[in-house]
Amino acid sequence: MVGLARKAGLGPPYETGETMKLEPKVPGGPLAEKWTRYKQDQRLINPANKARFTVAVVGTGLAGGSAAATLAELGYRVLCFCFQDSPRRAHSIAAQGGINAAKNYRNDGDSVHRLYYDTVKGGDFRSREANVHRLAEVSVDIIDQCVAQGVPFAREYGGLLDTRSFGGAQLQRTFYCRGQTGQQLLLGAYQALARQIGYGAVKMYPRCEMLDLVTVDGRARGIVTRHLETGKVESFAADAVVLATGGYANAFYLSTNANGCNVTAAYRAHKRGAAFANPCFTQIHPTCIPVSGDHQAKLTLMSESLRNDGRVWVPKSQGDVGKHPTSIPDAGRDYFLERKYPSYGNLAPRDISSRSAKEVCDEGRGVGPSGRGVYLDFADAIRRQGENRIREKYGNLFEMYERITAEDAYRQPMRIYPALHYTMGGLWVDYELQSTVPGLFVIGEANFSDHGANRLGASALMQGLADGYFVLPYTLTNWLAGQRPGLTPTDHPEFKRTEAEAADRLKKLLAVKGKKTPVEFHRQLGQVLWDHVGMARNRQSLETALQKIRAIREEFWGNVSVPGNDLDLNSALERANRVSDFMEFGELLTRDALAREESCGAHFRTEYQQTGDDGNPNGECERDDDHYQHVAAWEYAGPDRDPVRHAEPLAFEVAKPTRRSYK
Amino acid sequence: MEREAAAETAAVQGADPHPTHHPMKLTLHVWRQKTRTAPGEMVTYPLDGISPEQSFLEMLDHLNETLIRRGEEPVAFDHDCREGICGSCALMINGLAHGPERGTASCQLHMRSFRDGDHVYVEPWRAAAFPVVKDLATDRSAFDRIIAAGGFVGVNTGGAPDGNALPIAKVDQDRAMDAAACIGCGACVAACPNASAMLFVAAKVSHLAQLPQGQPERRERAQAMVGQHDREGFGHCTNINECQAACPKEISVEHIAQLNRDYVTSTVSAVVKG
Repeated sequence: MVGLARKAGLGPPYETGETMKLEPKVPGGPLAEKWTRYKQDQRLINPANKARFTVAVVGTGLAGGSAAATLAELGYRVLCFCFQDSPRRAHSIAAQGGINAAKNYRNDGDSVHRLYYDTVKGGDFRSREANVHRLAEVSVDIIDQCVAQGVPFAREYGGLLDTRSFGGAQLQRTFYCRGQTGQQLLLGAYQALARQIGYGAVKMYPRCEMLDLVTVDGRARGIVTRHLETGKVESFAADAVVLATGGYANAFYLSTNANGCNVTAAYRAHKRGAAFANPCFTQIHPTCIPVSGDHQAKLTLMSESLRNDGRVWVPKSQGDVGKHPTSIPDAGRDYFLERKYPSYGNLAPRDISSRSAKEVCDEGRGVGPSGRGVYLDFADAIRRQGENRIREKYGNLFEMYERITAEDAYRQPMRIYPALHYTMGGLWVDYELQSTVPGLFVIGEANFSDHGANRLGASALMQGLADGYFVLPYTLTNWLAGQRPGLTPTDHPEFKRTEAEAADRLKKLLAVKGKKTPVEFHRQLGQVLWDHVGMARNRQSLETALQKIRAIREEFWGNVSVPGNDLDLNSALERANRVSDFMEFGELLTRDALAREESCGAHFRTEYQQTGDDGNPNGECERDDDHYQHVAAWEYAGPDRDPVRHAEPLAFEVAKPTRRSYK
Repeated sequence: MEREAAAETAAVQGADPHPTHHPMKLTLHVWRQKTRTAPGEMVTYPLDGISPEQSFLEMLDHLNETLIRRGEEPVAFDHDCREGICGSCALMINGLAHGPERGTASCQLHMRSFRDGDHVYVEPWRAAAFPVVKDLATDRSAFDRIIAAGGFVGVNTGGAPDGNALPIAKVDQDRAMDAAACIGCGACVAACPNASAMLFVAAKVSHLAQLPQGQPERRERAQAMVGQHDREGFGHCTNINECQAACPKEISVEHIAQLNRDYVTSTVSAVVKG
């Protein structure tokens, strides 16, 4: 049980790590010059020699799509994989809000430094400073690149790019394409990728899911995939493997992620030696449409921008929860965010708003059929600004709401409730985005590096594209320049062994022939994680979760039902395989939450809260910088052994850790 | 005062803010086809316990859970984001691409659009260029090849001028965005009696034709994309406009007119040069 029991005064609860070395490889020099220096000093490969290297890119979202296209443009041979039927459908496409960039087009005082600082502070000082600064630096290039590709960003009448403020930022630095920024950015990257596919520079494998990572002598040498239509399990060799496989929010079953999003590629890479960092940092978004029943397969996000004009409330008295909202007078309403956080009010940060909503629902004052919902009321805004103005701003969102709930939010308040949305944790990477397995690089949401314990709005798109267009192409080149090109033959014993293991696991799932569907297990797991490892956690809830997850896992392997075979498209088999990884991973997530005995950002342990003026805990995170100002990176130790927790200490040279306060 | 008046009205009407819905029973007729080459057939499944709050895909999930519990293979269908933006879902529902609601993808169609006791027919897209992969899932990779043929601005990463170096009139920008909203689901093809993908092609051609960035390759783009469209085996456009009616993003056929202009101009210019 390394790392799980900290004795008071004995220092941080981690091993210093003899088996695994965490070398962040942050370049020297002042913070603002690190990336420039890195690029000046990096090794290069001449254009003709690049074609001798093969890179496998897994995933075609913003990170994977932009990386695959850019690497091919540079001259590398690229193999690209996605489980969807087309690379254009990756889940980045569903991002609504926008993308941040430190352009300062507004003349409102924005700068690379400010974007960097906001991101580090928003992440509650749990991200790696140098990575974040680099992200802010390249943010400006992303906008230029996307405009050149024809991404139709919103414009002002004078023809220049429009921006808006987002997620409570004090600056207007968010670029957007109506309510579908993710779609347009992804189509830009997809079109760049399609161009390279057309040229033959990228070989694309759609409907092809990564099942495992192949390592030879500790170095990544390729991947094992399953073609989802033909069922064929196959190996691909590469000089380097890039995972751009997204986040793991679907461990919670209900989330705003697409149905297919899964942790399999990342988790199997973890089992092959890649450290998994900060898995307990999971973001819950306050404005989602509440759960309507057991049939529900996913939750839908309503853009956070709605909180600019909507007022959040629940009835003051439990007796009023069944009443029609418009029949409850002002005196009977509790505008709880305005009451508790007078200066930020309804714009309080995501984690604080989410927890407050949970609190009032726990008190029995939640609204809607499930009792898990709060009102987001536009009546005042409509009275003040007129219905037309509200329609102009949010028309598409009100329409989407009505389509799902059959309720007209112009006439009665919306109902919202928090839902899992994004995961800050991910595979550990150094400054070069390389994992602890040499040759395995991880980009986008799949890595852990830039958002710390909490991600700010409009920063996910920025990070995905930064990694793919402007960071990985440099750092991967630097690494490959030190390697001899040449593929390991796929009949190498390690390939054969990994392939056989992946195939056996599928056969094992088919052989159980139990009574419960994979979805039933997934829902059960999700319920445990949501109830015990969700918005608020504590030692007891986490220990309960560990026991329950183990019990579900045990039952799974004895009672899951997967009809059909592994020779053609079998959605039950795909789901069962993904759920089997979610269950193992869910345990790691819980363990990480248990080991981090502090509250920070989205990780809220009820034992660690700040004390309010009245001497009671006030619901704000109490960080413990003395013991936990580090990244927790977990090493897989084998199927029957507890994973080992390692730590990468975080130093802040420029942004000094402060306490967040939103009162 | 207003609020009190509203309170009274609500009290008088006894309005329930969230009325409970009674579960429905439907008879589903679903296309089942084991593989690309196997013969397919419509199979009937009576299904009850359907909530009007469910989306159409959640109703299919419900069917699949029932099938798996019986040890039968679930119905294969493509789906992912389930919020109408990824373009994965692709169902002919009672003969209509994405079903009866306008401007709605299958995943956002809800069961309240159906009545208790209804018979519902669910089929895959039907077009020679979209072969069935299994059951309701089809192969739409032809769309990817059309984009690869020319549906892009040919710029590499790096070296882009400042984003504000090129002012673009808001109206052009808006028109480009209207076209760029295409989700690539293929409903236009499924709805077209000729199985033409001209709305899909036009959406991309028109998106880039509205913008200065799209000008250098404008003519070649229209030629290359239409050429690939024809090679994939899609039919020709005869202005029936079913595509516009079926499009979940309500993309206008006016973009086809734009495509036609670009196509004709580029053909003529090729002839003149030749």
